[in-house]
Amino acid sequence: MAKVLLIAEHDGTSLNPNTAKCIACAAQIPGAEIDVAVFAETAGDIAAEAATLDSVARVLSSEGEAYRGALAAVLAPQIVKLADGYEYIFGPSTTFGKDLMPRVAALLGVNQISDLMSVEGERTFKRPIYAGSAVVTVEVPGGVPVIATVRTASFRAVAGGNSAPVEALDLAAEMPDHTRFIASETGKSDRPDLQSASRVVAGGRALGSEENFDLIYKLADRLEAGIGASRAAVDAGYVPNEMQIGQTGRIIAPDLYIAIGISGAIQHLTGIKDAGTIVAINKDEEAPIFEVADIGLVGDLFSVVPELTEALN
Amino acid sequence: MEKILVGLKRVVDYNVRVRVKGDGSGVETEGVKMSINPFDEIALEEALRIKERGEANEVVIVSIGSGDAQQQLRTGLAMGADRAILVETAEAPDPLSGARALLEIVKRENPELVILGKQAIDDDNSQTGQMLAALWDRPQATFASKLEFDGNSARVTREVDAGLDIIEVDLPAVVTADLRLNEPRYVKLPDIMKAKKKPLDQVPLAELSVPDSPAIAEKNFEPPAARERGIMVDDVAGLVSALKDKGLL
Repeated sequence: MAKVLLIAEHDGTSLNPNTAKCIACAAQIPGAEIDVAVFAETAGDIAAEAATLDSVARVLSSEGEAYRGALAAVLAPQIVKLADGYEYIFGPSTTFGKDLMPRVAALLGVNQISDLMSVEGERTFKRPIYAGSAVVTVEVPGGVPVIATVRTASFRAVAGGNSAPVEALDLAAEMPDHTRFIASETGKSDRPDLQSASRVVAGGRALGSEENFDLIYKLADRLEAGIGASRAAVDAGYVPNEMQIGQTGRIIAPDLYIAIGISGAIQHLTGIKDAGTIVAINKDEEAPIFEVADIGLVGDLFSVVPELTEALN
Repeated sequence: MEKILVGLKRVVDYNVRVRVKGDGSGVETEGVKMSINPFDEIALEEALRIKERGEANEVVIVSIGSGDAQQQLRTGLAMGADRAILVETAEAPDPLSGARALLEIVKRENPELVILGKQAIDDDNSQTGQMLAALWDRPQATFASKLEFDGNSARVTREVDAGLDIIEVDLPAVVTADLRLNEPRYVKLPDIMKAKKKPLDQVPLAELSVPDSPAIAEKNFEPPAARERGIMVDDVAGLVSALKDKGLL
């Protein structure tokens, strides 16, 4: 039996879909027995949702006002208190997990595997480096827990239908007050979430302005797609940071990805390489995006995109 | 504040197309252009701006690596850092050992603020800043895109998956720099000349008595699974029909 502690991500009210993908990863460890830990101001609904996920043995729930904003400095000591007896402690490789898990690893005196992409054995895993230009097989030495962030785009979410027991935790770990959560500024949108959308339309610098990005929004609305962008488009201020796809942004795996006016730098491609079908629309036939596209169309986006939106009507 | 400490890592340049060695023992670094990790350059730029605003007196840069990392430290000095420290080691340390070495430098220097890049673009680990903050038992503000000071605390805007988070941290603290924190300056030739005279101390890693970490072994390197180049269509009608053929519309 291999005891796994998995740290759930949530937005204060519901479970983040990445959690079900982390569970799918953990379930591949031989003999895995998976406990999901929920730290929240109000944990009830989130814990109940986690309890429905397949492969979950127990949900451990801890409530407190200090958990608002999911501060790593607050959460890490709680997880360390809980860590005893677990051979594996996993979190998602999202900004939440990337912030938190190395702090946990350091407090436990071990190194971390970042962006775990496949389970090769009890202590052997694969992860990408150099923006996905290479994949390295890593082995964690015996006698220490395996701490990892999971590259969720590499795993399919486990199904629901489970009814795991939920247990309340009383950790009584220190709650540092040197770090305080002030506010979140999140882009409220009715559009599908970029991370979990089955279709994503993304635009690059070639759009030329914030106003022109409207072409992307219209096509995305027609396809009921999430919206993404290249780093260049975010840097230029056409769209907010949460839309960035790539090495330092979101790593996504939709069924359909349409890249518009995106040249396809390696740093961008690493964020989309698990997409089912990649469509590229670009006026430069030499653009590297065409090397990985399943369907390519060389053309001026300002005429092609409105035409495509119209054709889908 | 008196002092800001900034970490600089020497990495394969952003524009190099990295290739895996034929025998799977690593990636090709022979004859490849090396640079300051871009996120660390942003970290240094931020420290310099804080100093130039009159909110800090000294910017110290530190790198952990081989003697070659002196090149990157000299570039950092040319950008405007006051002095540099090279923690010398032939082998690149694992992230925990790197964080422990930085902690020893922090104990010597007592900075009010440490700024590091949010990740290095070689191993893409994104661990060192968080680990240093944990070992130092101080706040961390990762993925920062804006940094403001108010007495003994800092207000940091962080780029997160859902948008932006704003947190407040007491100093001393560790901040890791994201892309949009600033745009680093270009180094001018006279500054390169001046940088040659700035102090660059070398400390062997062994002298810092960093305990051994359980390092994660790197067993084999391979190129990623390649995606096949697909088909080209001539027009929108061709695109729509190709999508329909795949059952995507």
